[in-house]
Amino acid sequence: MSAYEISILSIVGINVILAVSLNMISGFCGQVSLGHGAFFGAGAYAAALAMVSTASVLFALLAALIAGSLLGIVVGFASLRVRSDFLAITTIGVNFLFIGFVRKQAWLGGEMGISGIPATGLGASGNMFMILLFAGATIAFSVYVSRSWMGFAFRAVGEDEGAAATLGINAGAYKVAAFGIGTALAGLAGGLYTFFTQFITADAFDFIFSVMLMAMVVIGGIGSTSGVVFASIGLTLLPEAIRFVNDYRLLVFGGLLVLVIRLAPGGLAAMVRNLVIRVRGT
Amino acid sequence: MYYIDLAVTGISFGCMYAMMSVGLTLVYGLLRILHVAHAAVFALGAYMTVLVANASGSIAIGFLAAIIVTPLFGMAIYRLLYEPLLKYRPDVPMIASVGLLVLMQDAFRIVFGEQGVTFHRNAFSFTTFNFAGITVSAVQIAIVVTAAMVFAGLHLFTTRTRIGIGWRATVSRPQIAASFGIDPIKVRYLNFAIGSALAAIAGGQVALLNNLVDPGIGFVVSYKALAIIVLGGLGSVRGTLVASLVLGLVEAYGTIFIGAWLDRDAIAFLALILLLMVRPQGFTGARVA
Repeated sequence: MSAYEISILSIVGINVILAVSLNMISGFCGQVSLGHGAFFGAGAYAAALAMVSTASVLFALLAALIAGSLLGIVVGFASLRVRSDFLAITTIGVNFLFIGFVRKQAWLGGEMGISGIPATGLGASGNMFMILLFAGATIAFSVYVSRSWMGFAFRAVGEDEGAAATLGINAGAYKVAAFGIGTALAGLAGGLYTFFTQFITADAFDFIFSVMLMAMVVIGGIGSTSGVVFASIGLTLLPEAIRFVNDYRLLVFGGLLVLVIRLAPGGLAAMVRNLVIRVRGT
Repeated sequence: MYYIDLAVTGISFGCMYAMMSVGLTLVYGLLRILHVAHAAVFALGAYMTVLVANASGSIAIGFLAAIIVTPLFGMAIYRLLYEPLLKYRPDVPMIASVGLLVLMQDAFRIVFGEQGVTFHRNAFSFTTFNFAGITVSAVQIAIVVTAAMVFAGLHLFTTRTRIGIGWRATVSRPQIAASFGIDPIKVRYLNFAIGSALAAIAGGQVALLNNLVDPGIGFVVSYKALAIIVLGGLGSVRGTLVASLVLGLVEAYGTIFIGAWLDRDAIAFLALILLLMVRPQGFTGARVA
């Protein structure tokens, strides 16, 4: 496999983890988050600091996971106070605050970021296998959660909090849990990203990136793990495959986001489902 | 003197934020949609002002063109994007709006270039006045005066004219207003038209202030405007005015006191998040969630 293919597959794996984890928060539990980049970034910075000081891969991954979920649980508590579109603004705010904070911190490298992060020792293809392994595990975990009691409770909270409460579901606890789990996975993706690039700056985790992740979730079909996986793979490969798309990446992502919400709010997943129903029906 | 200079900067930025945010708060008050793409309208206004001013040689004609074109764009956004999405949860049109903003921003970059556009002749940017040691630029004075005129005009319009009163009636009690023969759809178009025109004026003035319009012009301002309308208690024009001025001043002074550990642009969100945690219903008591 060429170095190019290895790096593309690594990025695909990272984006799959991010989109699937965002889908657990926004799709399963209905808590729209437009600041997923911040949790990704928190994980990446935690892993970078851990690698620089201890050079232990396991420790770095744990640090990434914990950093992502700690920040996520804080935002999860925010979701108890503000709802729906205001939660979305709060998460945008968290993303801007994260970037604004990191840029000014000397111990986080400031504007220059952190460079010279020690390698994992697995090599580029070893890293890629680790990333793909985690991506596969994330997908399996997402499918498992969606079929479990917890997934049922998440959907109940996402559909109608009041109705969920009458069934004895503690909506607040499940919202915090959704944020905690989803952001821990985002933090993990951040750690893997650090291993992959060995150099991080705040700009990689900005609000635009969060919007691109939300685009993957919405285009795939919010709430559908398989739809989101397909969309995140497709939308990561699209700019690589078509030169035009790479130059106009935001134009294409923004346009697709508008078109999908406007014409097919259920995304790819709903389109396939409708097609299957129509084919079976005739 | 330094502190007074900061106050001048803060107030002029505050007035600019107010003109930008009032359109957002009006849309929210009427439709319960967070109109993030308002920033694209703002950017369009800025580009129109510069391009038409350069082509015609007159900055006034540039502003006029922006004030005519952007309301059409704003109304088109309502008709083509929001109206069909009104039946969904409020975060659905909001995500569509974010998509539109990202798309427009990239379109501006592609059409007008990464570097942005500048005025060929812009005497205002460099004209400054000196009042007892305090330096004030012509653009800063223009921003404050326009904002004062616009808000006074808006106040007269909404209290003294039939259309304005109908507008306010529709915002507070849509069904009762409709039963009095006010067409709610026309009010919505009016709302988008006025909000967009104000954003265009703000955009043109920022272009004058910086003597530059680049593709990212609307971006940070737009999210600050979101923070402002929440701080101002959603749908309240007066609250938005106060929150804008406060934010302008806090930012101006904040850069010296906390600028060492936090970006200037993040201050608005720090204030927003703190406020939402302490008072989820906003400053004025209107329910947020």
